[in-house]
Amino acid sequence: MNIMSQEKLEEAVSGGMTAKPNEVIKMQGRKVGVFYGDKQALFDVDLDVRQNQVTALIGPSGCGKSTFLRCLNRMNDTIDSARVTGKITLDGEDVYDPKIDVVELRARVGMVFQKPNPFPKSIYENVAYGPKIHGLAKNKAELDQIVESSLKKAALWNEAKDRLNEPGTGLSGGQQQRLCIARAIAVSPEVILMDEPCSALDPIATAKVEELIDELKQNYTIVIVTHSMQQAARVSQRTAMFHLGYLVEEGATDKMFTNPDDKRTQDYITGRFG
Amino acid sequence: MPMIYFLAIVLAIGVAAYIIGRGRAAAQTGGAQKQHSRPHYHGWWAFMLAALPALLLIIVWSVGSSLYMERHVEAQLPEQTADSPIASRSLALGMVKSLANALRRLDAQALDNLPATFAELQPALAAKGAALAPDTQDYMIPIATEANSTSDTLRLTGGVLALALALGGAALGIRSIQPRARARNNVERVVLWGLLGSSMIAILTTVGIVLSMLFETFHFFSVVPPAGFFFGTVWDPRFAAAGATDSAGQFGLIPLLAGTLYIALVALLVAVPVGLMSAVYMAEYASRSVRSVVKPALELLAGIPTIVYGIFALVTLGPFLRDLSAALAGGSPFIQAQSIFTAGFVMGIMLIPVVSSLSDDIITAVPRAMRDGSLGLGATRSETIKRVILPAALPGIVGAILLTASRAIGETMIVVLAAGVAANLTLNPFEAMTTITVKIVNQLTGDLEFNSPQTLVAFALGITLFAVTLVMNIVALYIVRKYREQYE
Repeated sequence: MNIMSQEKLEEAVSGGMTAKPNEVIKMQGRKVGVFYGDKQALFDVDLDVRQNQVTALIGPSGCGKSTFLRCLNRMNDTIDSARVTGKITLDGEDVYDPKIDVVELRARVGMVFQKPNPFPKSIYENVAYGPKIHGLAKNKAELDQIVESSLKKAALWNEAKDRLNEPGTGLSGGQQQRLCIARAIAVSPEVILMDEPCSALDPIATAKVEELIDELKQNYTIVIVTHSMQQAARVSQRTAMFHLGYLVEEGATDKMFTNPDDKRTQDYITGRFG
Repeated sequence: MPMIYFLAIVLAIGVAAYIIGRGRAAAQTGGAQKQHSRPHYHGWWAFMLAALPALLLIIVWSVGSSLYMERHVEAQLPEQTADSPIASRSLALGMVKSLANALRRLDAQALDNLPATFAELQPALAAKGAALAPDTQDYMIPIATEANSTSDTLRLTGGVLALALALGGAALGIRSIQPRARARNNVERVVLWGLLGSSMIAILTTVGIVLSMLFETFHFFSVVPPAGFFFGTVWDPRFAAAGATDSAGQFGLIPLLAGTLYIALVALLVAVPVGLMSAVYMAEYASRSVRSVVKPALELLAGIPTIVYGIFALVTLGPFLRDLSAALAGGSPFIQAQSIFTAGFVMGIMLIPVVSSLSDDIITAVPRAMRDGSLGLGATRSETIKRVILPAALPGIVGAILLTASRAIGETMIVVLAAGVAANLTLNPFEAMTTITVKIVNQLTGDLEFNSPQTLVAFALGITLFAVTLVMNIVALYIVRKYREQYE
């Protein structure tokens, strides 16, 4: 109840400023801290992720932005020494609640990684993997339908439709990353987390993926970690700046890039450090 | 003066050349020209020039002179006939050699007044601890004495030549030291040749083994037709006595090959599931503390000598299974003490660590990105293992299984003790069957004449075994290599 009221309060405040009545808070982090063993990597991060918007996490290497991202779908659980404190909610539900099934959470909060990591299977099987394990398709025809629509949403269908049975590892780097996005879309997530999705891609492939991200926000909520200021400016509506494990500043992207409150943000954006 | 002293002197010259060469090169640094190589390279190059040709000469000279001595002595032996006291010429040669060696134990004074007959000589030699064949002949004494002095001369000549070569090499090496001399390149080239030579040793040895086996195998096939060997279903070498005309069908390979493959199959049926599952557990589930105990413990299992497994099978497991089956069947046991099952089971236990440690390496080599990708889509750990990790690791695992299979096929001690020696052709795993390796042991450890087909068949069996495991290893390596390409 407490969270709900706070949520509403913030919504009212931000709604008044940006004049978007449908701005719903999809995920919310409160006092999020992460420890790797004894070392604390993230300190008291309070951050909201708004529905159907792209939230960019920026900051120099090692600032904790990827760590925060991996908290959102509990990928940090796969690291033995990692420990998360604070509270993260998805539609108001605490994702670290012991009653939450992590498998279900990850189906709702999908992830695309820094390096394209298609499975050593065919393109079709790569996309069909998620729907199969979650039983989303009743028969082959439905599965085909999911694969096709996911590849279309990921803007890969035209390039891949004639080679669905060829290995996904045979695609080019940019195509592989779009395949990974299609794979994430195929389980119909609500939120897609992207951890520097373009860092291994050339500018042309990057442009395609960015275009795709822009389209995807119609249906999904996206959180993207990026090292590229231009990318953050191009694709995101909200930007959060991290530094040394702390959230420095968070706000609308236009404001962050033109008139940031914090000097560190200004310095980072203008290339004075990082 | 034994060759070992010359060897030591040559090395000492080499070391001296190194020290002098390095010093000289160091003295040249700081001159007008920049040095091409650092001083220790000049030192090493001088060492190599001094030591390597001389060492090579010593080796070649030693081999050559012992070959020469053999022919030299043999030429002096009288013609051997059937009624000579010693029928074989090679036997006589051996006697002269051991006599010559024994004479070296005598001091100079005793050598000067050597008795003419072996009967008088023997006590003196025996007192020095040299035991000789009693039928050593009197005529061998002068031959042996002469052989000793000839070989001394040869050795001295060789040694002096080697020393001269070493000194010459050292002088050349030291003289050639100049600021622009490319000592580093020379040293690196020699090291490269040394590395190449080391890797050639394994290959050449393999080739040598195969050739010697092939030679004896052709010998065997000149007595027994190949078709009878490869397609014969009866293994009964005893009845095929040397000289018997109908000996062809009795060296049938089929029962042995069948036994070998059957036992290997049972072993793999035990080792592969258990080993694979333990590898999955260790690679994917085990916490670091469990892994740090279980993995070394499994590898300890791999360190147990196979003969110990064989003893376990023979003394403990075999009788236990026999008694158990007797109790189950109410009276007569249906599992024999020596059986395919016993041997295969124990061999399987032996192979578990092989499978598990190979597969563990392969599973952990699957990139973390694959795991993250699958887990990030909401797959459970076991779904990730079943659908992503194992398929990705499959080619590597198949390779590991094939490598394990070739170990199972070549395994000897367990089957010698646990499988029995009866060359049956049966499908019942509780009966005894025998393997190729067991028969090789049997055929070579008997007191049969070496040239008889009974002994020569061991070489044919050996080369068959070699061919089978070679093919499996090639296939395994091919698969493993293809698997590696997938992630590069």
